[in-house]
Amino acid sequence: MSGPSDYQPTNPALKWIERRLPIMGLVHSSFVAYPTPRNLNYWWTFGAILSVMLGLQILTGVILAMHYTPEATMAFKSVESIVRDVNYGWLLRNMHASGASMFFLAVYIHMFRGLYYGSYKEPREILWILGVIIYLLMMATGFMGYVLPWGQMSFWGATVITNLFSAVPYFGDSIVTLLWGGYSVGNPTLNRFFSLHYLLPFVIAGVVVLHIWALHVAGQNNPAGVEAKTEKDTVPFTPYATIKDAFGISCFMLLYAWFIFYMPNYLGDSDNYIVANPGVTPAHIVPEWYYLPFYAILRSIPNKLAGVIAMFSAILILAFLPWLDTAKTKSSKYRPLAKQFFWIFVVVCVLLGYLGAQPPEGIYVIVGRILTFCYFAYFLILLPLLSRIEKPRTVPNSIADDVLAKAGSKSAPMVSTVIALAIAGALFAGSAQNARAEEQEAPPSQKWSFSGPVGKYDRGSLQRGLKVYKEVCSACHSLNYIAFRNLADPGGPGYSGAQAKAFAEEYKIKDGPNDQGEMFERPGRPADYFPSPFPNEQAARAANGGANPPDLSLITKARSYERGFPMFVVDFFSQFQETGPNYVNAILQGFEDKPPAGVSIPEGSYYNKYFPGHAIKMPKPLNDGQVTFDDGSPATVAQYAKDVTSFLMWAAEPHMEARKRLGLQVFVFLILFTGLLYFTKKKVWADAH
Amino acid sequence: MGGLATLWPFVAQMNPDASTIAAGAPIEVDLAPIAEGQDIKVFWRGKPVYISHRTKKQIDEARKVPVSSLPDPQSDEARVKEGHDQWLVVIGICTHLGCIPIAHEGNYDGFFCPCHGSQYDSSGRIRQGPAPANLPVPPYQFVSDSKIQIG
Repeated sequence: MSGPSDYQPTNPALKWIERRLPIMGLVHSSFVAYPTPRNLNYWWTFGAILSVMLGLQILTGVILAMHYTPEATMAFKSVESIVRDVNYGWLLRNMHASGASMFFLAVYIHMFRGLYYGSYKEPREILWILGVIIYLLMMATGFMGYVLPWGQMSFWGATVITNLFSAVPYFGDSIVTLLWGGYSVGNPTLNRFFSLHYLLPFVIAGVVVLHIWALHVAGQNNPAGVEAKTEKDTVPFTPYATIKDAFGISCFMLLYAWFIFYMPNYLGDSDNYIVANPGVTPAHIVPEWYYLPFYAILRSIPNKLAGVIAMFSAILILAFLPWLDTAKTKSSKYRPLAKQFFWIFVVVCVLLGYLGAQPPEGIYVIVGRILTFCYFAYFLILLPLLSRIEKPRTVPNSIADDVLAKAGSKSAPMVSTVIALAIAGALFAGSAQNARAEEQEAPPSQKWSFSGPVGKYDRGSLQRGLKVYKEVCSACHSLNYIAFRNLADPGGPGYSGAQAKAFAEEYKIKDGPNDQGEMFERPGRPADYFPSPFPNEQAARAANGGANPPDLSLITKARSYERGFPMFVVDFFSQFQETGPNYVNAILQGFEDKPPAGVSIPEGSYYNKYFPGHAIKMPKPLNDGQVTFDDGSPATVAQYAKDVTSFLMWAAEPHMEARKRLGLQVFVFLILFTGLLYFTKKKVWADAH
Repeated sequence: MGGLATLWPFVAQMNPDASTIAAGAPIEVDLAPIAEGQDIKVFWRGKPVYISHRTKKQIDEARKVPVSSLPDPQSDEARVKEGHDQWLVVIGICTHLGCIPIAHEGNYDGFFCPCHGSQYDSSGRIRQGPAPANLPVPPYQFVSDSKIQIG
């Protein structure tokens, strides 16, 4: 993509092809001989990382689409079937879901890098605008992809976001109806979102080609911000950039694998493990983390139309950046003021993201307004002003000079440390505020055999838990996604195939119609699923005082509680993700006969210490001595609660042991591979530094 | 012209199809089982419709407020059917971003939206929060004293 190539194949077959389609010359000139500035740092590897992520998302996405059903009544179940029944389905789904977050993480770093080093300035304006277009397409794709699992957050996220268009004067409602294909978000909406979610990544790939084309015409920017002039300023793409990118990608894959294998639900929302229900709004609708700063901007403005305009402007303003910042010096390294304000801007964006996840009340609204102002002020006031008043330091004459002067200052890391501490302090203050508003006691953390990087299910506990479910819970709660055959699956309760078959035969399953056209009952088979205690939701509600006992297959993933600021950072490293089991365990033991003084519980409800609002419709389900265990475990409520929670954790994630086992293998490989790449890179670059 | 005419089917196909429109036909609701102070939620065109049997206190509260002080001025009388003052029928979709407000919550004896904190009064009018308009009243009429037809 950068002029005629001097590539001359020697093999006659390649020569024959090259004369008719000079594709190898194109590849050679773009990715082998292409000159890259020799002073690029690791922030420049994110372009390559993004290309890999796009490729991986398309690959995993196309495979997932082979198993997914885009239909409102089946979508949620089909995702569960992928995770439970498709070979390595859990892996592909985790890769795709975490991959979206990793893709956005990489794109944000890529964008901030462009912002810091002035990569949008002449002659790279079109390159930058193409990037903004890719980012917009990514946001649309990510949003529609999040709708596809059809959980509660999918459904209500889709409702809130499509309703943004109802703010358009006069045509608003017609536009929204057009988007929905109905009078509310429903099956037609899901269908078209699936179609577009499949299409847009290929559009992104197309724009990426333009983006790279524009890059190879203008040449890469670099930390010094001076253009390459002589051959001494550059090194050929291969092997120099190739090996450096490969090392960068490999490091990024380590982070990616951490999410895939150890923290697959860390970035997700527990509400999305509840199937979409148009009649119930989740108490707290939160978009995925990568939209949070814009969501905070939307909510900080009290007028609906103005809020929507502000949110879209916050993104579109990026496209005008080349004309807002007119300073001649590209790199912020040589702009003492711009550099400081850049870091402040980063902090503003992070804080806006934090606010986007908080409830829209009290102090959060006020801080949100101030930060929204700061966000826009950075682009509209600060950057144009700085270009006029700032005295930049002298830039090096050439890239080669910059490389030779590398021994220089190390002030930047100190500045960023100070800023990182400032963020931490601010977030901590924010969470302290949060803790004060919290009147509910968090469930106590239990010791679970399945926690941590090598945790396994305790077979005995799963078997006892199954007994508790069968004898107590199953009177009201279904377990729809679990089949009897699963009891004999590896990594499960450890029954043999024959035992699972015998277990199934104790159940009566409705089947039919037979040759006479009548339904009949027969003993269960391993392939059958646990039957529901009630024929439909209405019957379940009628029998339980108006409350629908939730299905328990996913309950340990569908329930959670806030961990607050310092903990959610610690949890990332300690791999703590047992909020669901802690909650379920606490609910089962949280019943108290008499509510504490001053708390009144409506008739037909029971007091539970850990239930949000404390009034639960379920009476105390477990009592000492209710279930007898064959293995001599104590017949106490605490033991029952722990065992049934372990069993339900297995029900929610039957392949957890396989996930952690494969994770360990992947990590051993990736760490060795990254090490090898590092030393190869050092060797290759030895003469270039 | 030809190009635009060709484009139209490609846009129009996105609108609700015939079966969706047919499923949006009027429905009848029996009011007899709803006691004073209670409300029910029925679905019409996939949207929740709240039918509230308001208490005397709720009606008085809704009528005492000076209409001009409201963000979206509308009198309570204009939002109910004459002679059926106790019945409030509104589409339970927050006019902000489409969440479903919870009945009998908030500071105005009406509805509270958990998503972004909008509060509606006992007449379904917006009183506080980011929502720009009152909860819409769907087209309906009384077929008899204890039965309404929505749509």
